[in-house]
Amino acid sequence: MTEFPYLKDQDVVEVQRGPEPGGVGGAYRAFGETLRGLKTTMARLIEGPLTIEYPEEKTPVYPRFRGRHKLHKFEDTGLEKCVGCSLCAAACPADCIRVVAAENIPGERVSAGERYAAVYEINLSRCIFCGYCEIACPFDAITMGHDYEMADYDRDDLIFTKEMLLAEPIERTPLRSEGE
Amino acid sequence: MLPLADTQFVEATWIMVVKSLVIFAVIFGILPLMTVLERKLIGRFQHRYGPNRVGPFGLLQPLADVGKLISKESFRPANAIPTLFILGPLLPVLSGVLALAIIPWGNVQDGVGLYGIDVPIGILYFFAVGSIAFYGLLLGGWSSGSKYSLLGAMRGAAQLISYEVAMGLALLGVIMMGGSLSLVDIVEAQGNLWFVVPQFVGFLIFMLAGFAETNRTPFDMPEADAELVQGFMTEYGGMRFGSFLLVEYMEILVVCGVAAAMFLGGWMGPGPAWLDPIWMLAKMLGLVLVFIWVRATLPRLRYDQLMSLGWKVLLPLATLNVLVTAVLVVVT
Repeated sequence: MTEFPYLKDQDVVEVQRGPEPGGVGGAYRAFGETLRGLKTTMARLIEGPLTIEYPEEKTPVYPRFRGRHKLHKFEDTGLEKCVGCSLCAAACPADCIRVVAAENIPGERVSAGERYAAVYEINLSRCIFCGYCEIACPFDAITMGHDYEMADYDRDDLIFTKEMLLAEPIERTPLRSEGE
Repeated sequence: MLPLADTQFVEATWIMVVKSLVIFAVIFGILPLMTVLERKLIGRFQHRYGPNRVGPFGLLQPLADVGKLISKESFRPANAIPTLFILGPLLPVLSGVLALAIIPWGNVQDGVGLYGIDVPIGILYFFAVGSIAFYGLLLGGWSSGSKYSLLGAMRGAAQLISYEVAMGLALLGVIMMGGSLSLVDIVEAQGNLWFVVPQFVGFLIFMLAGFAETNRTPFDMPEADAELVQGFMTEYGGMRFGSFLLVEYMEILVVCGVAAAMFLGGWMGPGPAWLDPIWMLAKMLGLVLVFIWVRATLPRLRYDQLMSLGWKVLLPLATLNVLVTAVLVVVT
């Protein structure tokens, strides 16, 4: 940087310029780059398509993917884990969970606790799938599943009742394997 | 004096009619398949599958496309010139079909020449007829009464003059080596060595000019879907638009056919004589694949870049090629 002595203490990087376009050299380089481009596309052709053909083939999800909610039962006793505490409804930022609790009658227990959820509804058209309900739940009664195919024709059909949330969802979402 | 072509060979009229019908049927059978092939291949080049929903492997896709295009309104802008506007898509179809006549599929077998017609002026006919297609482009673009169409048409005109000379000169070397203008004679002259070897520069120039002739990337300036919304085709809809597309593929086949005949030994290939047309077709399709490969690779050149490529690179190269060939042909 001899021509700019006042810049000598500063970090001055000379601009790197490529070769001038045009001329014989330019034409030669353009030809070379063309061949390089053709090689690149051919490599893509050989690699083959990466498309996931959706309706036939599902996109695999990660284990912590937050899809449609699931309500759980105890495996041994068959009692519902939900005790109707409404903490999920309180935590829900979209206000889409409605819980109406009722007392368990000793003869016909529904849940393991004192009370159970007589009504448990999630309005999936409002849900933002943040997973706060899952975090709020003290009994791990509600978790986010992997199901992401929830489109429907009617808004009313998107209000999932307790029976629908308790039912084992049709296994249609593949899980991503390690390293995928 | 050299005889320019075999003008003594005469066939019955019905044979000519049957031949033209067969060529027509075969080419129009291939064209739709080419569109699917192109879309599928371009998909593969981009890690996609391409159309695969209509019919087995998406093979019925062109039927769906044509059905869609036919059902569209044949719209004409209010300030378009009606007759010229309708003539626009017709001329290229005419020129494409006419040019198909000289593609040689084989030599005379059992008294039937396996080509549409062996014109004594062969390659000149190809140039004459091929340029008519650009009239369609110009008329269509100009008469549409739309600025994009006009721009596309003007670009087409500028493109035409910048590649046509180099294209002619590129073929001149082959004509000198073959000693004839007739495509059949030129193919015959390649019995020992395909002209692509001694005329490699000519082959490259011809293919480059072929991309320009067929308005394909990297020289698709007249269409330029990104800047000119399909250029001269902007105002066309329905089957008129469809025929422009059809012609594009037909021109690709014609250019590939001429290139295969002039440089790749035409119907020459191992095997019995009845395999000749199949060899020719295979070579043509091989070149079509190159067209598709290039389309999947190269971006569109700028308008002035094509000009300078045509005039400053291709034309001098082609001239040099012709000079060297002329000297060699005279010496040997």
